[in-house]
Amino acid sequence: MNVLIPLRTIIVKEIVRFVRIWPQTLLPPAITTALYFLIFGKLIGSRLGTVEGQSYMDYIVPGIILMSVISHSYANVVSSFYSTKFQRNIEELLVAPVPNWIILAGYISGGVIRGLLVGIVVTLISLLFTEIAVQNIFIALSIAVLTAILFALAGFINAILAESFDDISIIPNFVLTPLSYLGGVFYSVGMLPDIWQTISKLNPILYMVNTFRYGLIGVTDVNIELAFLITTGFIVIEVFFSLLMLHKGIGIKN
Amino acid sequence: MNALSIRNLRKTYNNGFEALKGIDLDVAEGDFFALLGPNGAGKSTAIGIISSLVNSTSGQVNIFGHDLKTDRSKAKCYLGVVPQEVNFNQFDTVKSIVFNQAGYYGIPRKRALERTEICLKQMDLWDKRDTISRRLSGGMKRRVMIARAMVHEPKLLILDEPTAGVDIEIRRSMWKMMQELNDNGTTIILTTHYLEEAESLCRNIAIIDQGNIVENTDMASLLTRLHVDHFVLDLAEPLLNIPIIAGYQLESITNKVLNVTVPKEIGLNALFNELSALNIRVVSLKNKSNRLEQLFMDLIDSASEGNHK
Repeated sequence: MNVLIPLRTIIVKEIVRFVRIWPQTLLPPAITTALYFLIFGKLIGSRLGTVEGQSYMDYIVPGIILMSVISHSYANVVSSFYSTKFQRNIEELLVAPVPNWIILAGYISGGVIRGLLVGIVVTLISLLFTEIAVQNIFIALSIAVLTAILFALAGFINAILAESFDDISIIPNFVLTPLSYLGGVFYSVGMLPDIWQTISKLNPILYMVNTFRYGLIGVTDVNIELAFLITTGFIVIEVFFSLLMLHKGIGIKN
Repeated sequence: MNALSIRNLRKTYNNGFEALKGIDLDVAEGDFFALLGPNGAGKSTAIGIISSLVNSTSGQVNIFGHDLKTDRSKAKCYLGVVPQEVNFNQFDTVKSIVFNQAGYYGIPRKRALERTEICLKQMDLWDKRDTISRRLSGGMKRRVMIARAMVHEPKLLILDEPTAGVDIEIRRSMWKMMQELNDNGTTIILTTHYLEEAESLCRNIAIIDQGNIVENTDMASLLTRLHVDHFVLDLAEPLLNIPIIAGYQLESITNKVLNVTVPKEIGLNALFNELSALNIRVVSLKNKSNRLEQLFMDLIDSASEGNHK
């Protein structure tokens, strides 16, 4: 069997799903981030001076773009796969000869595509407020894709383990949002007291945001190679656990 | 060749419940096979394992000679499953549900569109192809699941209580459709609580109870084991007392309707002679269609007695 056919089927199904509900999936980040840029970037930012030699608006743009990529790649997979489990249409995949890695790759691709699409929308919104002279497009794109993969995988694991709709909102509300806000989106860790600088460096999102910022505006608080290593390392671990859970049927088989 | 071959299949759930205690089962290619059992007997677990929705504890399942563990992909290609409950995305259109399933089986787009059209037309759903599935009636939803299960042309189709909760008209049309599929060469395994359905459609039967196969034979020889028949007599005049006739058991349903249990070795002639002698006029007679039900209950009762001993 040509495994690319089921892979393409899952990906197309996922894209159709989030495009069909675009007022819930693509429109809200455009509005939210426009407000971020207007309030924090323009109104408050214009009175704050510079951060690391950049205007405050320019400084927060990369973080806000990546924060949108993170939350939407995660949200797409967690909601889609949990609904598939909840409505039992996961059985359509389980009875068919679809290898587990294709199921995983299909859902992750759906999450990555939505995350990056939202990232593009937010980038376009940001261009209404500032100009971005991209410093290193390769670094910016590669860390954005890796970050989307990492959080799509996290969403997949959450969906597999979730037993109720409450369980799929706990991680985004109590883990993802605080880590994103404390991941150097709105500030440089250099502005924090030493102890908080050390604690912040345990937050993986800090590395991704700063690497993306480096790619866009050439400013970073972290070592770029270390950031790629951490991101890739998390992805490898998540892929392993996801495939293990699919193989054992955890959360999806009786 | 056997369409399905099961050897020593066991399933013990995490809570310690032993749902299957080492069952063996063969279903021949082209058969219309009934798998019956009371609720909780283990038939859903068995179907779940065959469909890869439940992991077995041990044992072997072969579908058209392909082992479900070692040759999973090929084994799955031969199998189509129509589950008991609706399990498709109710926000998808009828066409996309069937078309996507073809994609999961690796069928190229052009062929998948052809197969989707054929299956939806077969199920009389082509006019509803662009309808969001949650807007369909219960009977239509079941037919969508059959179309979906047939899209990759499986040689073995498992129908898990396909007519549960549908009205008699839909049930009859589904019987006709199942019969046509079987006539066209698809092996069918049917689970149902309507024993009349199994009796009229299936050639072979297995009865599962408490995780064991308690009977596995052909329908005709199973039915010949019945020692009694049940008839309903409509009388011309109402009866004040139920007559006592040696060898027969008579029960009144109403004062003009009698339920009679007739031992096969005695037959009906003696009964009518006695009734005539008593001046009781019978207007009409019909056979109660509960022959398999009677056997089913006998087998289940004797299996549970055996377990209690």
